[in-house]
This record gives sequence, C-alpha cells and structure tokens, in this order.
Amino acid sequence: MIEFKINDQPVEAQAGWTVLDTARQYGIHIPTLCHHEAVEPSGNCRLCVVELRDGDWSKVVISCMYPVQDGLQVYTDSDRVKNVRRWILEMLLSECPASSEIQRLAQEYGVEQTRFAIHDPEEDCILCGLCVRTCKEVVGVSAISMVGRGVHKVIGTPYMMPSDACVACGSCVTVCPTGAMRRRLDLVRGEPKTRMAHSAV
Amino acid sequence: MAETNVAQSFTERRLGSAADLKLYQEELLAQKDPQQAEVIVCYGTGCLAAGAEQVEAALKEALDQAGLDTKVRPLIKTTGCRGFCSRGPLVVIQPEGLFYQKVKASDAEEIVQTTLVEGQPVERLLYQDPQSGEPIPREQDIPFYKKQHRLVLGRIGSVDPTDIRESIAAGAYQALAKVLTGMSPEDVVSEVEKSGLRGRGGAGFPTGRKWRGALKAIEKKGRPVYVVCNGDEGDPGAFMDCMIMEGDPHAVLEGMIIAAYALGSEQGYIYVRHEYPVAIKHLDLAMEQARSLGLLGDNILGSDFCFDLRINRGAGAFVCGESTALFTSIEGLAGEPRPKYVRSVEEGLWGRPTVLNNVESWANVPLIINNGADWFAGIGVPHSTGTKVFSLVGKVNNVGLVEVPMGTSLVEIIEEIGGGVPGGEPFKAVQTGGPSGGCIPYSLKDVPVDYDSLSKVGSMMGSGGMIVMDERDCVVDVARYFLRFLEEESCGKCIPCRLGLTRLREMLDDFSKGKGTEKDVEEIESLGEAIKDGSLCALGGSAPNPVLTTLQYFRDEYLAHINERRCPAGICKELISYQIDQEACTGCRTCARLCPQEAISGEKKKPHTIDQDKCIQCGICLESCNFGAVQVISPALVSQKSQEAAS
Ligand SMILES: Cc1cc2nc3c(=O)[nH]c(=O)nc-3n(C[C@H](O)[C@H](O)[C@H](O)COP(=O)(O)O)c2cc1C
Ligand code: SF4
Ligand code: SF4
Ligand code: FES
Ligand code: FES
Repeated sequence: MIEFKINDQPVEAQAGWTVLDTARQYGIHIPTLCHHEAVEPSGNCRLCVVELRDGDWSKVVISCMYPVQDGLQVYTDSDRVKNVRRWILEMLLSECPASSEIQRLAQEYGVEQTRFAIHDPEEDCILCGLCVRTCKEVVGVSAISMVGRGVHKVIGTPYMMPSDACVACGSCVTVCPTGAMRRRLDLVRGEPKTRMAHSAV
Repeated sequence: MAETNVAQSFTERRLGSAADLKLYQEELLAQKDPQQAEVIVCYGTGCLAAGAEQVEAALKEALDQAGLDTKVRPLIKTTGCRGFCSRGPLVVIQPEGLFYQKVKASDAEEIVQTTLVEGQPVERLLYQDPQSGEPIPREQDIPFYKKQHRLVLGRIGSVDPTDIRESIAAGAYQALAKVLTGMSPEDVVSEVEKSGLRGRGGAGFPTGRKWRGALKAIEKKGRPVYVVCNGDEGDPGAFMDCMIMEGDPHAVLEGMIIAAYALGSEQGYIYVRHEYPVAIKHLDLAMEQARSLGLLGDNILGSDFCFDLRINRGAGAFVCGESTALFTSIEGLAGEPRPKYVRSVEEGLWGRPTVLNNVESWANVPLIINNGADWFAGIGVPHSTGTKVFSLVGKVNNVGLVEVPMGTSLVEIIEEIGGGVPGGEPFKAVQTGGPSGGCIPYSLKDVPVDYDSLSKVGSMMGSGGMIVMDERDCVVDVARYFLRFLEEESCGKCIPCRLGLTRLREMLDDFSKGKGTEKDVEEIESLGEAIKDGSLCALGGSAPNPVLTTLQYFRDEYLAHINERRCPAGICKELISYQIDQEACTGCRTCARLCPQEAISGEKKKPHTIDQDKCIQCGICLESCNFGAVQVISPALVSQKSQEAAS
C-alpha cells in the first residue's frame, strides 16, 4: 500500500496506480479529455493537471500518468492548476466551438467566453488522439493517424484517402470525447465519397 | 580537409594495448619538426563561407611558385573553427603564432614571400587593437582570446580533425588508456561525480549523478544499456556543438567510449542534425580511423571491452533535441516527446537504461579523467565547475565562439571578449539560453554566468547561446521573434504548447501594433504561466521565458507601445514613421534611389521629404543615409507636424 494525500485528505493506493486512478477511487473529481482506461495514456490534453507540493517546492504534473509515491501531497484545484485548466478551456472554446463537451467543461471552470478568434465554427476535434490510439491498440488496424505536425496537425488517413484498413467498427466514435469522430468516420471509410472533400479540410 | 583517405595509411597498425598507444604518440611526435613552419587555414563554417577554400588554394599555389626547398617547405593544414569567425578567413602561421585575419586569395603571395621566405609579418593582415589601433601579431595576445580558457576547444584550431594521428599526437585517447589500465567502472563514475560536471545541453543535470542512476537501473533491469550523444543543436545562432563535432570529433568519441566502459555498454548512438554534413563526415571519418587503430569496436586497446558507435541523422526539428523525442526519432518513429515521470536512465532508448549527454558534456569527460576531478572542480565556481562554450552573436563586435570558466560575468564576456556593441554604447540586454531562455538587462551585467545565477534572474544556461541586443532592438519584437520560432517548432502534441504559443504570439502582435491594455499585460503573464505549467515537454515549458523576462525587466517599453503608441527602439512598423531632417539632408538622392515605394522626393542637393502615405516603413532609407538625416519618430509626431505646417 502506498499512502499519500490528495487535497490534504489521506489516501491509499496500490503500486502501479496513477494519481488519477487514486483520485477516482476516492471520488475526487479531476477533469480529463485524452484519458481512457482502454488505451495507453498519451498525456496531451493536460486538463488533468494537479499540483504537487513539498514545503516551498511545487510542481504541476498530469495526474493521468503520474505514478503514486509514498508521501506525495497532491492538490487538484489549486490556483496554478485552475490557471492551466482555464486557459486550455478558453483556447479550446475558440478551437472547437462546436463541441458541447468543451462548452460544458468551460462553464464548469468559469470560462464563459473566449477572447480568441474562431477559425472554424464547425470544428469539434481537440486532437486528443484517443481515436487513433483506440484504432491502433484496441482494434489493431491503425486506419487513422495524426497527419501533419505542430499547428497543422489533423486526424486523418494516409494521404487523406479513404482507408481499406478501416473495419467500420465505430470504436473511434465511441471513445471520442467531443463527438468529432462521428463526422469524420465517413472520410475514413470512404463512403459516400462525395463527402470527403468537405470533411478532409 | 585532406582528401586522401588517411585511414589507409595505417590500416596495418592496430594498437594492442595502452602502452602501444603511448608509443604511437611518441612516434608521431618524433616525426614532427617543431621548427617546421605550419600554415593553418581555418576551415570552420564561417571562414569557409568567407572564402577559406580559395585562400588555401592560393597559398598552395604561392608556395609552389616560391619553389622553397622541400625540406623546409611549410605544411599547409586546415582545422576546425578558431572561434573568431567575424574576422575570417583566418590564417595562422606556426610556430610563431602569427594571426592573419580577413585574408583574401590575393594576399597569398605576400604571405609566402614576406612571412615564410623573409620571416616578417604582413602588417596589414594583423589584428588591430580597437582602442590603440596598434597591430597585435600573435593570436594569444588578442583580447578576444586572452580572456578565454580554451580546454574543451583546446585541440580545435591546431589539429586537422580528419587525421586521427594529429589528435593522437596531441593527446587524444590517453584518458581512455588510463581508464582501461587503472580505473574500475566505479572509479570512473565517482571521478565524474566528484568533478561536478553538469550537462551542457540544457538542463544542467549533474552528469555523474546521471551515470550513477544508470548503474542503479542496470542493477534492476540488467543490460543492454545505451550511451547517446545529443548533437541536435537546434537553437538559432548556436554553433558550439557543431564546432566541436567538426573540429575535434575524437574528444566526443573518447568521452562516450569512457562512459561505455563505466556502464558496460556495447552500443552507442550519435544523433546529429542533418544540416551538419561536415560534422557527420568528420565523425564518420573519426570513427573509421579509431576502429582501424583498435580504439573503437571489438577489443578496444587489446582489452575485453567492446563498444561501437553509430550516427543517426536528425530530421532537423528543434524538438528532436528533447531527450524523449530524440529516442523516438532514433527508434524510427516521429520525433515527438513522451511524457516522462520515469527518468531516461531507467527507461530511455527502446525502453532500456540510457545515458544521454550533450556533445560538449561528452568532450569534457576525457579532460576530467586526464587531469582529475579536483583539477576540474577547481575551475569555475562551486556548483558550476569547468568551462562553458558560448556562441556570442547579435550586436557585438567579436561574433564567434568563446570558452570561459563558469562564473565569468556577462559584462566580461560581452565587452572584454566580445569587444562590446558596435558604436560603443552599452548593450541593452542579452538573451541567454537559446530561444526559450531569458533576456537579461544591462543593469544585471555583473551577473556571473553559471547555472544557478542565471536561473535566479529568470534566464538559464541552456546550451550556451548568447544574443546581444542594443538600443535598436525592441523587446516586444524580440519576444515575438522567439515565440514565432518555437510556435513553428512545436510538435503539436500537447494543447498548451500547440494552441498557447500561437495565442501568446497573437497577443504580442497586437502590442506591436499599439493595441492592448495594461490588463492584457497581466493576461499575457497568466497565459505564459499556464503554458509553462501545463506543457508536456520543456519546449512549451520554457517557451514563455523570453516574454516573461522582457516583461519583468522592460515593462515600460511594453507599456509605451500600448499607452503612447510608441516603439522606443523604433522597430515596430505600425508605431514608427521616418522623416528626413531638413538641416542634415544634403540632397544626395541615395535614399530616393533605393526606396522601393518611390516615396522620397526632392531636387538634387536640396533637402528631401518622405511621402507618409507611400512609405511602408521598410527602413532602407535609414540604413542608406550617409549623413544620419533619416530619423525615426512616432507617427503621432508626424501628424502633429503636418498640422503645424498647415496652420
Ligand atoms: C525542445 C528541446 C530541445 C533540446 N535540444 C537539445 C539539443 O539540441 N542538444 C542538447 O544537447 N540538448 C538539447 N535539449 C536537452 C536534452 O533534452 C537533454 O537534457 C540533454 O541532451 C542532456 O544532456 P546533458 O545532460 O549532457 O546536457 C533539448 C531540450 C528540449 C526540451
Ligand atoms: S476525433 Fe475525437 S478522439 Fe479523435 S482526436 Fe479528435 S477529439 Fe480526440
Ligand atoms: S510542449 Fe510543445 S513540443 Fe513539447 S510535447 Fe507539447 S506540443 Fe510538443
Ligand atoms: S487526461 Fe491527462 S493529459 Fe489528458
Ligand atoms: S570559422 Fe574560422 S574562426 Fe570560426
């Protein structure tokens, strides 16, 4: 048994657990977007951040990957943590304005509106990569992947062509936290073909 | 450099023991006549760009023409970068140490005739003391070199890096011999620990502690263990690692072989960005020659110890220099960082224990072994021992590479070694630590350059970039420049970095146009903190530093942009206008001819004027005017003036 504290409350965890696993065990809420039990964590949405403290020392880490250790002092809602979440959500509001999940989370963290310009009012993909990881690790076919790099990244198939590898299982649609994959599945399966041009961009 | 394959000339030789290496070194030294003249042509990147190849060819020809007796015929040798790149092409004549700068092919005959035949210096090619104007004949007396302490760079500039015999004669691989004959792996690790060496690639992690961590991980997980060299060097304006790999590849190899011995590693990797073809070529040659002599590969120096190295070419992405991204890239995947709460000494390349060190860190290892940990710890300051190589660029007279003991102050490096800002005014600020380092103002000029002092003032050592700025550099513009670079280089994996850097840069773009409020300054700081705290790897984790430090030290300049719509440095286009001083203008028409907008008019020999409606603020007139007549003023003043004129 590993003993530590979350928000000053003593908790116990098993070796190999993450801070998020432990918090969930105790019903302590930490928001997540890119985490799913079925696939390897990738740690890219950063919404699940928590603060570790030890005297004057303090550090922000992601709870979905941070391994539990004896004596940790974890804070799930400190000012530093809230600052990270608020900015992520405000930026996601402008990036994926069509996602109701993002709107809900934003409200939960007191972000009413976004100051940032909206490029595409239809956009709802947050590029968390859950669909990609599910397709690869659970379904085992890797029909979809992240295409492009940096700010130009999108979810797609190789060369943005319909993929023969896709078995149309719909797992990606199920795991997608924002509902974005529903609209993209047609592109992956390639039917009806006419929709491709619209959704590929 | 020497185009013949040097490896061929000693393939029959294999060094069977440490004693054999010593013997070989003595043989090589005995073959040399210390009185024989050597003409050393710098073949570093800067000098090559300035025409070193032509200079070398002309020197060869001039020597042939002079028909000197073959016995006293001077050797022509090419070496890696000597550091004083802004004075290139450089030619040094040994054994006198005569230092010729800005040499042209047309100078070759005179150098041969006057110096090599008659034994006199060519005065006009000598470096002149900027204060007294007196020529300084010898390299070691030039202020740029005098204050330096060249240890890591010690062999660079005196050996031809494509011929291992030169390096061996100068002492290469003696530390390896010492380790193999008299030190246990434990001895090696504790020696490096005791030396206090910290990583030269960024974070400054104690190298000995890293190796110790790897030994512990091996106890748990067993071998294989890998040693890896980080030669990705992606900072704009930084070229110290390139210079080491090109100029003294054996120092890097020797450091890695020693670590491999200490850790029991059989395979190592050198990750070099593909934009460094010469570094790759020299490393390749060095490895080939070391292998044929028995210094690398199977049964090194006749022992049981076997270790080999392979070069990996990086794709050139800045983020690939980050440790976990570098491993994924060597593994053949897209170079993206992985979140890590397990250290790479435990789980690095292919999930195995791995020691990753920077090029310069590796090159320090043989020095520590040869001279001892105490000697090394005696250089520099406590907690930052040894020397550090910096690449000094920007608004500084002596652009180049310098090596100084840790703890040397900023002002010593910039003013005494770097010769200060052109024009003589004090520097305004200096960016240390690369694009995600911090910007330190002149008022902190006495800060000693060591890991802890730099982070105390909000900056960092990074890999050793030093960009000097003067009053004509605008801090808002500088912060935007670095952010744009990092925004382009972000791998896009995590949200705070992928979205945050763009948003932060957009907020600064507004400032450069005079848009924004004091509240926005606070918002910029708050977003900056969120990106630092939230990002997955240190690219995002340090990207806001230039913004945050310039805000800390130059807040007034930011506020001038939004409150007064004024750019004090005269850089932000939307906040400046150019105007011609009617008294100073001689009507020479230079600016009028060069203006791409044809915005400047006036009769010859009469004062000219700029049509503000046509002007696009390109600044060409300002740069071209020989009489200082073009002025930068805030647009508000222009409209005021035109009103005055109208009334
Ligand atoms: C975005 C990013 C880029 C980096 N680039 C380099 C690099 O080009 N060269 C380097 O040696 N270290 C680089 N580092 C630091 C490495 O991650 C690592 O700390 C270093 O290579 C370890 O070697 P050292 O301990 O000898 O410094 C970079 C880090 C980050 C976050
Ligand atoms: S489609 Fe959904 S699951 Fe896939 S990356 Fe976008 S938001 Fe994540
Ligand atoms: S901080 Fe930037 S570079 Fe690092 S993982 Fe995140 S997106 Fe990639
Ligand atoms: S849930 Fe932890 S980083 Fe996304
Ligand atoms: S390239 Fe010749 S001194 Fe740097």
